Amino acid sequence: MADCSRQLQEQVRTASAERRALAITGGGTKVFLGRRPVGEVLDVSAHRGIVSYQPVELVLTARAGTSLDVLEAALQEHGQMLAFEPPHFGPGATLGGTLACNLSGPGRPWWGSVRDQVLGIRLLNGRGEHLRFGGQVMKNVAGYDISRLQAGAMGTLGVITEISLKVLPQPALTLTLVQAHPPATAITRMNQYAGEPRPLSAACWLDGRLYLRLSGAASAVQAAAGQWGGDRLAAAEATAFWSALREQQQAFFQPALRGETPLWRFSVRPNATLPELPGAWVLDWAGAQRWYRGTGEPARMETLAAAMGGQVTLFRNGERRAEVFHTLPGALQTVQQRLKRQFDPAGIFNPGRVYGWL
Amino acid sequence: MSKSPPAREALAARLRACVGSQYVIEDAETRRPYECDGLAMYCELPQLVVLPGDVAQVQAVMRICHACGVPVVARGHGTGLCAGAMPHPEGIVLSLARLSAILAIDPEARTARVQPGVRNLAISEAVAEYGLYYGPDPSSQIACSIGGNVAENSGGVHCLKYGLTVHNILKLEVISVEGEKLDIGSEGLDSGGMDLLALFTGSEGLLGVITEITVRLLPVPERARVVMAGFDTIQAAGDAVGGIIAQGIIPAGLEMMDSHAIVAAEAFAQAGYPVAAKALLLCEVDGTDAEVQEHSTRIETLFRQFGATSIRTSRNEAERALLWKGRKSAFPAVGRISPDYYCMDGTIPRSQLARVLTEIDRMATEYGLRVVNVFHAGDGNLHPLILFDANVAGEFERAEAFGGRILELCVAVGGCITGEHGVGIEKIRQMPVQFSPEELAQLEAVKQAFDPQATLNPGKGIPLLKRCQEYRTLEGHAHG
Ligand SMILES: Cc1cc2nc3c(=O)[nH]c(=O)nc-3n(C[C@H](O)[C@H](O)[C@H](O)COP(=O)(O)OP(=O)(O)OC[C@H]3O[C@@H](n4cnc5c(N)ncnc54)[C@H](O)[C@@H]3O)c2cc1C
Repeated sequence: MADCSRQLQEQVRTASAERRALAITGGGTKVFLGRRPVGEVLDVSAHRGIVSYQPVELVLTARAGTSLDVLEAALQEHGQMLAFEPPHFGPGATLGGTLACNLSGPGRPWWGSVRDQVLGIRLLNGRGEHLRFGGQVMKNVAGYDISRLQAGAMGTLGVITEISLKVLPQPALTLTLVQAHPPATAITRMNQYAGEPRPLSAACWLDGRLYLRLSGAASAVQAAAGQWGGDRLAAAEATAFWSALREQQQAFFQPALRGETPLWRFSVRPNATLPELPGAWVLDWAGAQRWYRGTGEPARMETLAAAMGGQVTLFRNGERRAEVFHTLPGALQTVQQRLKRQFDPAGIFNPGRVYGWL
Repeated sequence: MSKSPPAREALAARLRACVGSQYVIEDAETRRPYECDGLAMYCELPQLVVLPGDVAQVQAVMRICHACGVPVVARGHGTGLCAGAMPHPEGIVLSLARLSAILAIDPEARTARVQPGVRNLAISEAVAEYGLYYGPDPSSQIACSIGGNVAENSGGVHCLKYGLTVHNILKLEVISVEGEKLDIGSEGLDSGGMDLLALFTGSEGLLGVITEITVRLLPVPERARVVMAGFDTIQAAGDAVGGIIAQGIIPAGLEMMDSHAIVAAEAFAQAGYPVAAKALLLCEVDGTDAEVQEHSTRIETLFRQFGATSIRTSRNEAERALLWKGRKSAFPAVGRISPDYYCMDGTIPRSQLARVLTEIDRMATEYGLRVVNVFHAGDGNLHPLILFDANVAGEFERAEAFGGRILELCVAVGGCITGEHGVGIEKIRQMPVQFSPEELAQLEAVKQAFDPQATLNPGKGIPLLKRCQEYRTLEGHAHG
């Protein structure tokens, strides 16, 4: 539960003076993501502990190295939750890594992403200055939104040392329905249901079945379940299902976890038509997040993603010295490179982790 | 250092060639309406006002201004409350008002692609036939533009449950200071790399000109109901707010008014507010019929437990509209009881509510000015309205000094200087209260990455560091 910000600051200053690359690391559970890390490990995991948590304010502040387990247990005691349902992808996953990778679970389209819930951060920039942006209140528009800018940056702009988040009460009732559909019908249904004023909180198609999670006031949940129909999963089974989906533990993901096949993540328009490909799909986020298991040429996958209005990432396996995130147009590359230089002039933070040119 | 007439004429000629002569405003009379935004105390005449008709014209205008080093102040519909759209005396105002088309609606994916000049409410009106609406609802929603909303990251009464602008947009088209087009975000819920969509949201026209926005749409709830309760003390009302949250209910909206606001609003709107109460809460719940019934009953019980002196729950849409009418007309209502008012926008942790309001009251006596409080209680966003008379010498200066002290108080209790109105020119003096010199330097460095010559809305948002020292010295004097 220590405050190690001084040590971290020293390490950053030294690395910066010597122009040595740092590989910022929390629990090390997302080391598979992005391009191959390079440089000396800067371990943030000892900088941990909840700094403040006021359940009535719906605000929690914790050091970046705090593990998600610790946060979830503290919230559970007060009937609250991390609304973005972060995937852990292994023991010891930290809050800082979750924001840096912008990882959120099945409820994301309705409850928001980790980026959506961030209220403020503290950040060590490349000059070793310990800075504070945003705050601990729900609304704050003073200065640029440096806090949310970190989401997806994977540590390329600095070392996140502390995060304030909006948290939410746990829903009174949660119920999961299962309907059998081919994928095209499932896409139509998911989008149709998401357009109705019902307490939908997750919608996923896997192995020919559409899983619909309803969360909220008991009356609203029961009414929607009656209207939409389908088999109801037992509570324990439902919890296990959504947790396995979030953690990529279902059979679908196993070959990718064993390193046998590439796993692609498409972030696209939720009602986009599914392209014909030889591999297998899982559709989450009511169709907005699609997992594809199979080999493919990156350029071809990007063309398919663009046709679906979004982007593709090589999430697991494949060649991780090449680019793994969707190619950006030149103008956006320039913007990101310029921004990086303004935070990290010596280029020490996770160089090349997101893109080879960053 | 005003531009010489020939320089202005030469610039105008080049701009006329790209947008058409009727869309370059040169005469002082017609430029006048553009001299300020909703914060009329700050005004300045621009060299020219330019109204491009499409994105290619925006790019052409930006290229010309960039080549000549002419400052560009983007303008939506001028309802901003921080002088963010106040013109630069050396520069042009780039009005996005003519870019007012709703380009596409995808009811199935629940999105709309719109131009920046579209009014906030017009989006919800256009998609109503699909049972959808656009969530963020600033009180100015009849008038303000969606481009301005993105530039300010605007909120509204319903953002406690449905989020701010940043939570409700997917994609932006931005024109850089050089006139280059940037596509930020996608039709999916996220994109690879750092979150530029969030960086642009709330950037106050300092990083680029927003020319297209893809917004997310929400299904219209089956029903909404408002529970109104009067309380004897601000403390009791504040505790009741905490009580609702502790019950696990996130209301769609949760607004508070103090006794001055209750009286003014009642006189204006005749909504049936309890004029003897010291604090009024308006709590809206929405959802399915059964859910709304369940929640409103629980909230009534809770309000009673927290000592409400009166409770009234809307029985139909007309009554709900009436109960909101008082709150929504609070600003004009205050306009009736005072020649002028100055609206502040600090945010505080909710637990500090009673303490902050008591202190504001004390300062009001110190400055000899009245203050009326209406605010978004659910998220701690205060809107103290300081009453003054601009015709009385020195009153505005006093109101401004008082306002500055309120913002400093917000920071001191763990809050911030602006929840939704932005920094603009108005709050630039308070930026050093919230941020250290190193933090301000980092913010300035972000600006540099997009606009190294600082011609996009110069002088707004982020104070230049050499000025901060001056501000600090000034503040020191002001506080004596
Ligand atoms: C009575 C009243 C009530 C209000 N209530 C609320 C409220 O409840 N919540 C809230 O958040 N705000 C509120 N406001 C403030 C204001 O309406 C919002 O800030 C709104 O978003 C401004 O939109 P606009 O089109 O009028 O922008 P403008 O005032 O024209 O501009 C605002 C800022 O945005 C920049 N800008 C505008 N368009 C663009 C663009 N296309 N690209 C880049 N930069 C651009 C300008 O340079 C300026 O800095 C209220 C204002 C009034 C007068």
